[in-house]
Amino acid sequence: MRLEARFSWLPTPFRSLMLFCVWLLLNNSVSPGHILLGAILAVVIPLATQPFRTKQPLILRPGLAIRHLFLVLYDIITANLQVALLILGPTKKLNPGFVKVPLDLSHSMPITILASTVSLTPGTVSAEVYPWRESLPNGDKPEKRFLLIHVLNLEDEEALITTIKQRYEAPLKEIFQC
Amino acid sequence: MSETSEWIISILILIGGFFVLVGSIGLVKMPDFFMRLHGPTKATTLGMASLLTAAMIYFSQLQTGISAKEILISIFLLLTAPISGYMLIKSAIHHKLKSIERTSGKDNIEDDV
Amino acid sequence: MLETVILIVFAMIGLSLLLNLWRLVVGPSIPDRILALDTMYINSIALIILYGMNMGTGLYFEAALLIAMLGFVSTVAVCKYLLRGDIIE
Repeated sequence: MRLEARFSWLPTPFRSLMLFCVWLLLNNSVSPGHILLGAILAVVIPLATQPFRTKQPLILRPGLAIRHLFLVLYDIITANLQVALLILGPTKKLNPGFVKVPLDLSHSMPITILASTVSLTPGTVSAEVYPWRESLPNGDKPEKRFLLIHVLNLEDEEALITTIKQRYEAPLKEIFQC
Repeated sequence: MSETSEWIISILILIGGFFVLVGSIGLVKMPDFFMRLHGPTKATTLGMASLLTAAMIYFSQLQTGISAKEILISIFLLLTAPISGYMLIKSAIHHKLKSIERTSGKDNIEDDV
Repeated sequence: MLETVILIVFAMIGLSLLLNLWRLVVGPSIPDRILALDTMYINSIALIILYGMNMGTGLYFEAALLIAMLGFVSTVAVCKYLLRGDIIE
């Protein structure tokens, strides 16, 4: 896990790239003037907002991150078809359930990404991260964290936990190296 | 506008409308809050993404040059749907909403502080 | 053909807005109503985009983007209020 970027004038390289793309998309043009203005904004905004931010881990393996993004997009489409079938099918056959998934990640940013991924993919919505932050004394790190998820149709709890850990959590650990 | 792109746009719009409708049917049909949450967070998001892709192709055909700004709304919805779902389920747990009888693993929910 | 398809999808989204409205009125709990409202604004974005396609103008894009942003912020603010009784602690 690394918190500091290579260049001090570019504290968050991926956010700068995203700001640049959003500026070009909002204006819907690639004229030189807009490219220059977008580049200036992409450098100035992260520098100006840096004092308010808490440091988050940087993406260390960009290639793997892009591959993981496409895997998640593919999973979103297939998962949506499954959920649509479950919703249109008979309600009485559904067995909902709450499942606690043990987490290996420790930083809040990768956990947020994992929770969002779980919410968008097969029949699950992430509900809570245990233990509660309020129940810990100030600044203490819990040894073990759990993610509570709600499953629309629970068939095999162990298989679901293994899928989430291998398919979604392991690449995130690799990307952020933590 | 060419015949092929009209077909593609029509199919994408129909898929989008279908998924949006499925999300709302899930909202009405399911018996408890936690199950209702699944429809709007997943089906509606994919439906919107499909509709906005269709709009992107349509406006690219209509004007000269491509128009890609519709993809901004799709990305925004894809990023924010899990967050609002998370906030909603958190407030539902805080209010101790009842889930239906056959829900398994209810004792995994811890009381909040 | 496209005009007919757009009309059909108008009807589908109108129907889903009505279903959301039913959930908003019936409830039974406050998170249910917020969820219905959240779905309603996403569906209204779909309606606005479709209307723009029907009229053949891209002018409605900014309105759709604004609804998406304000809707998300208001959902989170209302949930935060339900959780803590306060929006900014």
